[in-house]
Amino acid sequence: MNFTFRRKRICGILTVVPAREQSFLEDMKNFNFSESRSLKLKEVMGFDKHRMVDPGVCVSDLAVFGLEHLFHQGRLQRDEIDALILITQSPDYFMPPTSNVIQGRLNLKHDMLCLDINQGCAGFVIGLAQAFLLLEQESVRKVVVVNADVLSRKTSPKDRNSYPLIGDAAAITVVERDAKESVVYANLKMDGTRNNVLIIPAGGFRLPSSPETARMEDAGDNNLRAKDHLHMDGSAVFNFVQVEVPPLINDLLKQAGMQMGEVDYFFCHQANRFMLQKLADKMRVPYAKMPSNIVEHFGNSSGVTIPATIVYNLRERLLKEKFKVCLAGFGVGLSWGAMMLELGDVGFNDLIEYE
Amino acid sequence: MKTVAEILKEIRPEFDFAASTDFIADGMLDSFDVVTLVAALDKNFGISIQGVDIVPENFKNHETIEVLLRKNGVTR
Repeated sequence: MNFTFRRKRICGILTVVPAREQSFLEDMKNFNFSESRSLKLKEVMGFDKHRMVDPGVCVSDLAVFGLEHLFHQGRLQRDEIDALILITQSPDYFMPPTSNVIQGRLNLKHDMLCLDINQGCAGFVIGLAQAFLLLEQESVRKVVVVNADVLSRKTSPKDRNSYPLIGDAAAITVVERDAKESVVYANLKMDGTRNNVLIIPAGGFRLPSSPETARMEDAGDNNLRAKDHLHMDGSAVFNFVQVEVPPLINDLLKQAGMQMGEVDYFFCHQANRFMLQKLADKMRVPYAKMPSNIVEHFGNSSGVTIPATIVYNLRERLLKEKFKVCLAGFGVGLSWGAMMLELGDVGFNDLIEYE
Repeated sequence: MKTVAEILKEIRPEFDFAASTDFIADGMLDSFDVVTLVAALDKNFGISIQGVDIVPENFKNHETIEVLLRKNGVTR
């Protein structure tokens, strides 16, 4: 589904990562695989270090920490937030919405909208699209988009499919109306028939958590995980990305009337280095234009990885320069979406550690 | 340049790949081994196997791997 948004812009990005760093070499000790096989995987996938929250740390903790930092730095005022959109798959509670929890903890004004969206790796593009839609309303002048997940808490340390990949983080993106005649193009797609490719089977109302769902099982691939844990069909996800994402981006380029070479950067969800390099090869995009260096430093933190990639690779350049960028997210749902916009002249583009 | 047999041996030295006609069904290669194999084939033959071709059926045995290599312009 195509979307066009006029006169909207990102005016700042802050990424928050936990201070605790875990190494793949440590993770390996928990796997049922030989050291040499795991080390080969490390090299290909780009696994090295990932950031994980301490037990008990929730999404709202990361979000509140980041927003307080912005208030303290004078980058954002409490009373100018007209909407707070939280995109997460790991909310503090089933109810109330975690966006309301964040609002309450920060003492934000009542005259605003709080909205939780259950999305993951495509969640940055989806969250921005929702924010841009809200900005069509006269009463909404500034929207805070928070992508945050602490999925390490739902991942089995004995599952080599997912544990070494997962990172926890939050990203706070502030969007507002653009005084200039800018245009943002977006293309979003969903396929719920493949909803079981990335799933936490237990813990919801369909299959409530119990001693049975907490029992570790070998699914036949030497990985041990419980039904309470994240399950990822890595092959199906890989194939989905390689088949669906190139046409998605090609369609977006057509919609925007642009050629591939006119795009300065393709900031894609950081699934893993191998997947992104195969995507770049397929699309004939130089690796330098499609960075894949987030998993090795921070892990894959779902919807946070696109803003993390922007911050990590552009940092202060984004304060003074402007870039034509294509954002592409893909994952749980299955959901995939891309967005073309001019990014730059932002007020902040930082990365901080949550202690 | 290494042979496919040598590359397979490096990835899973404990198995006799010559004795199998289905590496996947026989449990000799899992999905991550396939990824490791693709990376090794790419590097060894100077190719980039397309992502859409990284499916188990293309890595079942020596014959299917050779077909995939030929598709990527590897002639020996």
